[in-house]
Amino acid sequence: MFNNLKIVYHQGKQYIRNTATTKVPGIFRGRPVISTEKVNETELIGLCPVNAISANPVSIDMGKCTFCGECAKQFPNKIRFTSEYKIATNERARLIVKEGEDKLVEVNPKTVRSDIHRVFGNSLKLRQVSAGGDNSCEWELNASNNVQFDMGRYGIEFVASPRHADGIAITGPITENMAEALQICYDAVPEPKIIVLVGTDAISGGIHAGSSSLNRSFLDKYPVDLYIPGNPAHPLTIINGLVDLTRKRK
Amino acid sequence: MENFTTILNNQTIPVADIPEVNYATFLEMNTGFILSSPERHCVNYFGYPVKNQIKLICCIADDNTHNIHVSSCLVNSVDTLDSFTARHYCFEKFEREIHENFGIGYKDHPWLKPVRYSKNRFDQSKTIANYPFYSIDSDELHEVAVGPIHAGVIEPGHFRFICNGEQILHLEIQLGYQHRGIEQQFLDKKNLLQRSTLAESIAGDTVVGHTTTFSHIWESLCGIQPTRDIEFSRTLALEMERMANHTGDLSAVCADIAYQLGNSVLGRLRTPLINFMQEWGGNRLSKGLIRPGRNQFPFTPELAKRLKEVFKAYEPDFVEMNKQLFQLPSALSRFERTGVVSYDDVLSIGTVGMAARMSGLSRDIRSSHPYSLYPEIAHEPILKHHGDVYSRVQIRRQEVMQSMQYIRELIENVPEYVEKEPVVGSPKPNSFALSLVEGWRGEICHCAITDNSGELILYKIKDPSFHNWLALALAVRNNEISDFPICNKSFSLSYSGHDL
Repeated sequence: MFNNLKIVYHQGKQYIRNTATTKVPGIFRGRPVISTEKVNETELIGLCPVNAISANPVSIDMGKCTFCGECAKQFPNKIRFTSEYKIATNERARLIVKEGEDKLVEVNPKTVRSDIHRVFGNSLKLRQVSAGGDNSCEWELNASNNVQFDMGRYGIEFVASPRHADGIAITGPITENMAEALQICYDAVPEPKIIVLVGTDAISGGIHAGSSSLNRSFLDKYPVDLYIPGNPAHPLTIINGLVDLTRKRK
Repeated sequence: MENFTTILNNQTIPVADIPEVNYATFLEMNTGFILSSPERHCVNYFGYPVKNQIKLICCIADDNTHNIHVSSCLVNSVDTLDSFTARHYCFEKFEREIHENFGIGYKDHPWLKPVRYSKNRFDQSKTIANYPFYSIDSDELHEVAVGPIHAGVIEPGHFRFICNGEQILHLEIQLGYQHRGIEQQFLDKKNLLQRSTLAESIAGDTVVGHTTTFSHIWESLCGIQPTRDIEFSRTLALEMERMANHTGDLSAVCADIAYQLGNSVLGRLRTPLINFMQEWGGNRLSKGLIRPGRNQFPFTPELAKRLKEVFKAYEPDFVEMNKQLFQLPSALSRFERTGVVSYDDVLSIGTVGMAARMSGLSRDIRSSHPYSLYPEIAHEPILKHHGDVYSRVQIRRQEVMQSMQYIRELIENVPEYVEKEPVVGSPKPNSFALSLVEGWRGEICHCAITDNSGELILYKIKDPSFHNWLALALAVRNNEISDFPICNKSFSLSYSGHDL
C-alpha cells in the first residue's frame, strides 16, 4: 500500500491541462501551409505517394495525405507542415488545403447534425471498429484515454458493445473481409448514431486506395459525421475533433 | 552442383543460382535440415507462378553458422504432394498458404485450412464467413465465439473456444479480416516512396522493423551500401520501438489483471519514448523515418542529449513500477504457470522472437544473423525457461533495460552526417534477395524476386506473428477462459502483419 502511494506521488501531475492549446514536442507534421511560390508543379504532384497533391490551385488533401513530409523536404519554400494538430472536421472539402491559405481546419457548427449537440453534448460512447487498420491509429485511440490525454474528462469513452454505443469510430481502409462485420456492428448501434473516420486509411484508403482487397461501399451508404486525419491521427487531433463536434468545451 | 545454395542475411543472388530439385529431394532435404537441429528454422517458404507452373522456394536459416540455405522446386497447381508438415509442424502455416494461394493439395497435412482469405486465393468459393471450425460433439462441452470485433480498441480476429465449464480445451484462431493485399500492392505500385509507405503500414506498431527490412532488401537488390549514419539510425530506432511497445504491453497486461496503477503508470511511460520519436522524425510511431538509401532525419548530438534526459526521467519510474508489480502476490499469482508453452512445443511449431525465448529457445536475429550495427553490439538474447505469462512479462521488463543500455552506448558516439544526394539505384534483374530483421515481436523476413527488367515479380512478407499465433492457441489449453486476455496480451501478436 505504502509503495503504491509512493509511486503515485512520484508520478506527479501527468495530465495535459488544456488539450486545445498545449504544444506538441518536436517537429510534428500537422496542418500543411502552401505558399504561392511558383514551382514545377508536375514534379511536385508526381512526388506524392498517394496523389494527395493537385494543381490549379496547388492543394493538399489531408484526407489522402500520409504526412510523410516528402513534398516539404523537396520543396521547402512551397510546402511547410505546421505543428497545428487541430485538423479534424465534419466536412470532407475542408480537409483540402489550398495555396496561399493559412486558416484553421475546423468543425463547421452550422452543418453538424442537430441531434449531435443535443444528444451527445454531455456524453459520447463510441464503439471502435478496426477494418484493416494497421494498429497505429488503434494505439493512438488507446493513448487518447491514457492519464496524460485523458479524453474521459470530456465524457468521451470507448465501449465494448455496439448496443452501449452512440456511434462507431472506424480505422483502416475497410477490407473486403471486414465489410460484413462492420455493417453488423453499425446496425447494432441504436439511433441516433454517428460515424467517425479516424486516420488517412479510413478517410480515403490512404496508401491502400484502389487495392482490390478493399470494400468501401459502407461509406457510400451513410453520411460521415467527423473526419480525423493523420497517419496515425494524433491523440490531440482525435480529442479536439470529438470535443468540437459535440461542443463539449463550453 | 549441390541441391541448395547458401546465402547470408541481406544478400542478393541470381535466381538461376538457386538449385531446382525434384519434390522428393526438396522435401527430404528441407525437413532434414530442421529435424533434430534446434538452431535451424524455416524463415520463409512460399510459391510463385512461373509460366504454367508454381515455383516453391524454401529458406532455412542456421543460427550457428549465420547461413541461410535456399532451394527450389517446380510443381503444378493440380498436384497433390506429400507435406513437409507431416515431418515437422513448423511448416504448417507455410503449406496452408501455398495451398490457399495456388490450390496445391497435400495428402497428409493435418490442418489444411485457410490462412487469410487473400483476394487472389485459388478457391474463391471459400469465404471468411464459412471458415471450417473444428468442433467436438458433446453435451458437456460448449463453444465460445469471440470477434472479429473485440471488446477493446484492437484489431479484428475471430477466436473460437471449446470449453468444459470454465476450462478451455481447445482454441482456434481465425484471421484474415485485416487483409489489404499488401504483397500484391508491392508489385502494382512502382514508386519507391509508395513501397516504403506500404512497408510502414504492414504493421503500424512495427514501422521501424518492417521499413528497415524493406530498406535492406532494396539496398541489397540495387547494390547500395548504406552509410554508417543510416545504419546507426535504424539500430537506434529498432531498439526505441522495442522499448515503447514492451512498455505499452506491460501496461496492458496490468489492465488485464485489474492492476490500475501499473496500467496507468506504464501506459504513460510509453509516451515520452514515442514523443521522442516525434521530436526526431515528426511521427510518434516512426512513420516517415526510415527510407532506403537515404538518411531522412539525421540523428544529431542535440537529439542524443535530449534522449539522455528522456531516459533519466523514464528509468527510475519504470524500475520503481516494475519492482512493485513483480513483488505483488496478486499479480504473480496471475502470471505464474498461466498460459504455458513448453520448449518441445515451441520448437515443434517453430515460434520466433519472444515467443521462442520465453521457453528457452534462443531465436534472435540480432545475434544469429546480425545486420546494421548489431555486429558491434554483440547482443545476448534474454532467455526464460517456463514459457508462461511470467516469462513473457519478465522478458519485456529485461529487454527494455537491455535496449536502453544499448541505446545509451550507441548515442555516446553519434556518427557524423554529411549532407549528400540520396543514392538511388535500380534493382538487379533476375535476382533473389532475402532480408531478416529482429523486430520487437521477433523475426521479420522479406523476400524479393525481380524479372529480366529488374521489376519486382514477387514480394513476400513474413511477420513474426505468422509463426506465433499458434503458440497462443496452445498456451490457453487447460487454462480458465478468464485467463485468455492476459495470455493474449502477454504474446501481443499482430493481426495486420499476419493478414497483410
